[in-house]
Amino acid sequence: MSTDYQTNEAKSLLRRVLDSDIWYSFKKSKVTMVAAGVALIIFLAALLAPLLAPHNPFDLASLSLMDSLLPPSWTGMGDPRYLLGTDDQGRDVLSTILYGSRISIAVGLASVAFAAVLGITLGLVAGYMGGAVDAVIMRVADVQLSFPAILIALLIDGTISGLTGGVNREETAFTVLVISIGLSFWVQYARTVRSSTLVERDKEYVQAARLIGLHPFLIMLRHVLPNVMGPVLVIATINLALAIITEATLSFLGVGMPSTQPSLGTMIRIGNDFLFSGEWWITLFPGALLAVLVLAVNLLGDWLRDALNPKLR
Amino acid sequence: MNTIKLMLSATALTSVVASAVAAETTFRYGFQGSLGSLDPYSLSETFTLGTLTNVYEGLTRRDENLQIQPGLAESWEIIEPTRWRFNLRQGVKFHNGNDFTAADVVFSANRVRSEGSDLKARIPTDAEFIAVDDHTVDVVLSSANPILHSEWHTWMIVDQEWTVTTDSVQVTTAADTSVTTISQETNGTGPFMIAEHTTGVETNFTANAGWWGWNGKAPNVDRVEFKTIAADATRVAALLSGEMDLVYPVPPQDIGRVESNAATSALVGPELRTIFLGMDQARDVLTYSNVTDANPLQDVRVRQAFYHAIDAVAISARIMRGQATPSALMLAPSLFSGSGAFERLAYDPELSKQLLADAGYPDGFEIQLDCPNDRYVNDEAICQAVAAMMARAGITVNVNAQPKAQFFARVLAAGGYDTSFYLLGWSPSSFDSWNVLTQLHGCRTQNEGTGPFNIGGYCNLKVDELAAQVLVENDAAKRDELIAQAYKMTTDDVAYLPLHQQGLAWGVSEKFSVAQRADNIFRFSLITAAK
Repeated sequence: MSTDYQTNEAKSLLRRVLDSDIWYSFKKSKVTMVAAGVALIIFLAALLAPLLAPHNPFDLASLSLMDSLLPPSWTGMGDPRYLLGTDDQGRDVLSTILYGSRISIAVGLASVAFAAVLGITLGLVAGYMGGAVDAVIMRVADVQLSFPAILIALLIDGTISGLTGGVNREETAFTVLVISIGLSFWVQYARTVRSSTLVERDKEYVQAARLIGLHPFLIMLRHVLPNVMGPVLVIATINLALAIITEATLSFLGVGMPSTQPSLGTMIRIGNDFLFSGEWWITLFPGALLAVLVLAVNLLGDWLRDALNPKLR
Repeated sequence: MNTIKLMLSATALTSVVASAVAAETTFRYGFQGSLGSLDPYSLSETFTLGTLTNVYEGLTRRDENLQIQPGLAESWEIIEPTRWRFNLRQGVKFHNGNDFTAADVVFSANRVRSEGSDLKARIPTDAEFIAVDDHTVDVVLSSANPILHSEWHTWMIVDQEWTVTTDSVQVTTAADTSVTTISQETNGTGPFMIAEHTTGVETNFTANAGWWGWNGKAPNVDRVEFKTIAADATRVAALLSGEMDLVYPVPPQDIGRVESNAATSALVGPELRTIFLGMDQARDVLTYSNVTDANPLQDVRVRQAFYHAIDAVAISARIMRGQATPSALMLAPSLFSGSGAFERLAYDPELSKQLLADAGYPDGFEIQLDCPNDRYVNDEAICQAVAAMMARAGITVNVNAQPKAQFFARVLAAGGYDTSFYLLGWSPSSFDSWNVLTQLHGCRTQNEGTGPFNIGGYCNLKVDELAAQVLVENDAAKRDELIAQAYKMTTDDVAYLPLHQQGLAWGVSEKFSVAQRADNIFRFSLITAAK
């Protein structure tokens, strides 16, 4: 019996998705479907990089300097082992892109999650508690909003590197990036969640919960939070694209991922030095992938925003 | 007060320049690093000192072939082995109109050895400077030193009266960020004067028409503008677009591009700078390694294993694209006649593994390589290539590449030599082996002042003894023989892992020609405008 129940549940969930407005609007928009397809392919390729990549660019012993700077194989001057050519250290560009997009996406997802958790928590607390707590949190947010996010990220990155003395960059780079990008993006979540919370907290269901003596923490988590999540999803999607770009920018400026563990931004930085000398493939391929990935995620974010906006229906 | 004065004079100069702009020749150049304090005793770094020699002058100078020439001293003689006499040039004036006299030399000699100076080693601490008359200075030494004046082209003479009245007697150290007159303004005797200076960004020079070295002729250019352009590609683009008349260094990969452009050409030549790897042999336990109970680098077999694991030929060929020469010694072969007798240990990863196994590390070990990423040509790429090569011999190298400000602060004496394995470059400013033997190989523990740049703490008392003999030996053949003996010991000990002499590459506009010195110092007075 219990299995039937679960199947029914699963079925009904699928049914609910297929019958929903969102799925309808998704099916109607060809651009969105293409964007979703492209994003999915890139995410899968990044996830399965160790299986798909012809070489492991992190295995230093397998690199040979004599294989460095080979052009893509189809140009006739390259080596068939390296489809998209090699970089200045003899790393296969295709493999490095696969591994690199993995790092870029991981930094993006982790920093969005970090920013969302931080922003939602502070927004809920500010909106629900009100008063001095609200004022303090929101003034901090206002101050931070007056600076560009990349500047904040650079500042935080510089501070952390300064505190750690800049040693062990290889081990700390990932965490430092996630923290600095996350800290520079939490404000949007906090402001959105706070304003929704302000609306929700005076509604009857919240008053009822309060009457039966629930702890404010539980009210915020169980009752208010689910009702303010819609806009958060939209922000998170758009911020994913922004976070990936920010990571690439920081790495391009030389304060992100070290060149032994290149992300897409690091690869573009390395390749930038070789543009004048004609080794275009080191920059072009990671640059193109970054552009396509960010475009796809942005299109998805735009569509989600429209689909969830009742005024546009 | 000073800032206001500076601003006023800057405004005045700008308006003068604007009115006379038609007849002027302006030369613009860009370099990868920046110019900080203008105090000529702040920082013993080739670029800073080299730039300031266009404004200040030493008693001697070096011509385009690095030969010692008379500078502010017209001539000199060794009266007794321990007494040198310098006859000063007469009628020379500082930029503010003060006369240059023997008192300025004595004052500068004391100031360059005072607390905070980075150039203390230019003059022996116990040397005594005596002003015999207004234009004669005697230097009395405690022991003979035939190469006393070999580094004096970068020891520049400052004006006593101006330095005292502007409250600038105290040397501004490289770490000091407070603004003093001498760190922001200059008053030298040289061919150019600094008109505007923005620390770390740009500096503008105007010609000093009254310089003695013009010999009555008009200055070659009226104005020189310097900008820091850190990014390789941006620097090359500035040259190609005509925004700059000279940029250096041009990265090896872009030399072809600069050559193929009709309006620019690349000026390449061997530099005297040796790029090498150093290893901590002083500590009993390495700071940055997974071996926590010993220092494997104290075992000469491990150092040999490191050496055999590195393919310096491949680095010169691929990373440096042929713009470097693999090196067996810690100084450029052209600076030592006996350098032909030395050869690099062969590249042989299998032998490395064998040596490591013999030393008790059959599975290798892990070590951190500290590396600057904006100081030498392709420095970070070299470190990465080294890491890949050593991985084949079983040694895991973690590259820690940092900007030079942080790198030097940790790795040099001021940071307590905080490294286990590092990359550095060295050119002896005296162009002589004695500098290399004492500064890089001298035991740090023996007496203060030896081995200031011996970061790894290599120590062989016999080498120190030979260096002391080298200093006082006057017979060239005997001296070379002593140097060869010392190098034999240091290379047998594998004190360092020399990689290569990096090549010089300047990108020059067709509108000008410049003289490229092998120590990478750029002298404005040797610029000529093309006809």
